[in-house]
Amino acid sequence: MRLLAWPYVGWMAVFVVVPLLLVLVYSFTSGDIHDVSTWQFTADNFARFNEPTYLKVMGDSFVLATASTSICLLLGYPVAMIIARADIRYRNLLLMFFLVPMWMNFLLRTYAWMSLLSPNGLINRGLQALGLPILEIMPGPWAVLLGMVYNFLPFMVLPIYTVLSKIEKPLLEASSDLGANKFLTFWKVIFPLSIPGVVSGITMVFMPAVSTFVISSLLGGSKTLLIGDVIEQQFTYERNWHFGSSLSIILMIIILLSMAVMSRIDRKPAEGGRAV
Amino acid sequence: MKRTLAMMLSILMLVSVFASLTGCGAKTSINVFNWGEYIDETLLTKFEEETGIKVNYKMYDTNETLLAKMDAGGSSFDVVFPSDYAISEMIKRDMLRPLDFASIPNYKYVDEQTKNLAYDPENKFSVPYFWGTIGILYNKNLVNGPIDSWDVLWDEQYKGKIIMKKDVRDTMGVALKRLGYSVNSTNEAELREAKDSLITQKPLINGYYGDEIKDMIANGDAAMGVTYSGDPMDLYWDDSADFSYIGYVIPKEGTNVWYDAMVVPKSSKNPKAAEAFINFMLDPENAYQNSSSVGYTTPNTEALKRMREENPEIFEMDAYWPSEEMLQKSEIYVDLGEAKAVYNELWTEVRVE
Repeated sequence: MRLLAWPYVGWMAVFVVVPLLLVLVYSFTSGDIHDVSTWQFTADNFARFNEPTYLKVMGDSFVLATASTSICLLLGYPVAMIIARADIRYRNLLLMFFLVPMWMNFLLRTYAWMSLLSPNGLINRGLQALGLPILEIMPGPWAVLLGMVYNFLPFMVLPIYTVLSKIEKPLLEASSDLGANKFLTFWKVIFPLSIPGVVSGITMVFMPAVSTFVISSLLGGSKTLLIGDVIEQQFTYERNWHFGSSLSIILMIIILLSMAVMSRIDRKPAEGGRAV
Repeated sequence: MKRTLAMMLSILMLVSVFASLTGCGAKTSINVFNWGEYIDETLLTKFEEETGIKVNYKMYDTNETLLAKMDAGGSSFDVVFPSDYAISEMIKRDMLRPLDFASIPNYKYVDEQTKNLAYDPENKFSVPYFWGTIGILYNKNLVNGPIDSWDVLWDEQYKGKIIMKKDVRDTMGVALKRLGYSVNSTNEAELREAKDSLITQKPLINGYYGDEIKDMIANGDAAMGVTYSGDPMDLYWDDSADFSYIGYVIPKEGTNVWYDAMVVPKSSKNPKAAEAFINFMLDPENAYQNSSSVGYTTPNTEALKRMREENPEIFEMDAYWPSEEMLQKSEIYVDLGEAKAVYNELWTEVRVE
């Protein structure tokens, strides 16, 4: 049976490991990308990141990604709970409401928000008709945040829902038998058990949010440059693969570090849970 | 036994992946890579019907994107449509194939004035496709007073209603021209001044966009924006659009005049079919249809003649036929060479601020 894993190993080697190594090589070299003989080892690409311009871009990206991840968590957790608690007959229907928009292309959905939010868009025309003040967020950071939350929310809801729906009812009954009220049951039983779902939800939202470039260029009018924009720019515009690769490596390291921190949080409450 | 089976499976998988990547069709086909909204797509079908050559059509949004795609390798294009300065870079770097003009007989229709321009002095590699200018497209309902200078893009009263192009040369070019410098300046001090002015302008603008600008101005989401001359013409030809409140002006400081031409990259696998496509686009009938569909000014003398007979009014419009005086004040972009990196860096700084 183990041998059946071979095709997958081959796939990973060719399409994941080799490209990653290439990115690493590009990030530590300079020269003409097509002519290996011109390549020279250098750490300049990493040193260049230390300029205030790029540090600010990285900072802005993290602030936006953290904000959108937090909003997704605050909105997504109750939703996941409602779906998990719903009657089994309606559960799939409720999930469908969440999944159907994802069947549409991501770009198309973002363009749709553009025309919804624009100064003369549908929302503002509605507000005007009602005599309300209009919404002037498009393009701008608030529109970007909204676009991120909208696009990534399902990635928060689904893993939390999966974990919540597996919690055994008797556990909750036992909790109330022992005198815990609803809040205490949530805080001492449900929430700790759902931590793995929360952690994978946070990871699945944070990673695309920190590296996105489409949302910021469409809904942000490219006025706020995010790290994803800068990396995209290096490959599709400035033709500086070396700098682009080193930015990608830096981003990867930061994401890996934050994931390591997250997985520690993941482990702790489980141990605590056993102690109780 | 199992091991060999698994190995075979994995090899089979890799082989099939590569086979599908290279692709092999019996029918001749060409890969045409063009700017967005830059051809009457019914012409592609017409070309396929006339010649039996299949066209794979793809689009890009800036010269830099095109260059990056070609540089990246891995894809082979047969016909691409770069502008002047990009063509000179491609020639310098030996990326283009000299054209065989014997198989492009319709080249005789190309206006002499658009041949042998500085970017391709002996006209060995390129055939002009369209030419035009950069100017300010505006919504007459949303502006007061005359729009005749780049200064208007820095005017406080239009705060949040101004759109700039998401393109390093076009945005830096506008800033340089407004300050009275050349759009091809490589003088550090001038470039810094232009950058600073773009940073001052940033709180006033709505955003940096590309092909979206035209629609945003037409539907009133913004009052004015920097666009190519074909955008107003496109609205003009569109029967469903109301053109009465649309204006386009080439500011009095002058602007950039550009030429886009058809070229065949060295990587082309089918240069004969590519030349057949170029020849097809130069056919007066097709050139006329294309120009009236996408709106840019054709360098095809026969198509121009017919345009003048059937639509004399557009020769009064800045967008289609800029005056001689305007053209005198304007410049064609040249390849910046080493200074490209400086432009890119300043442009990043503008967007990060």
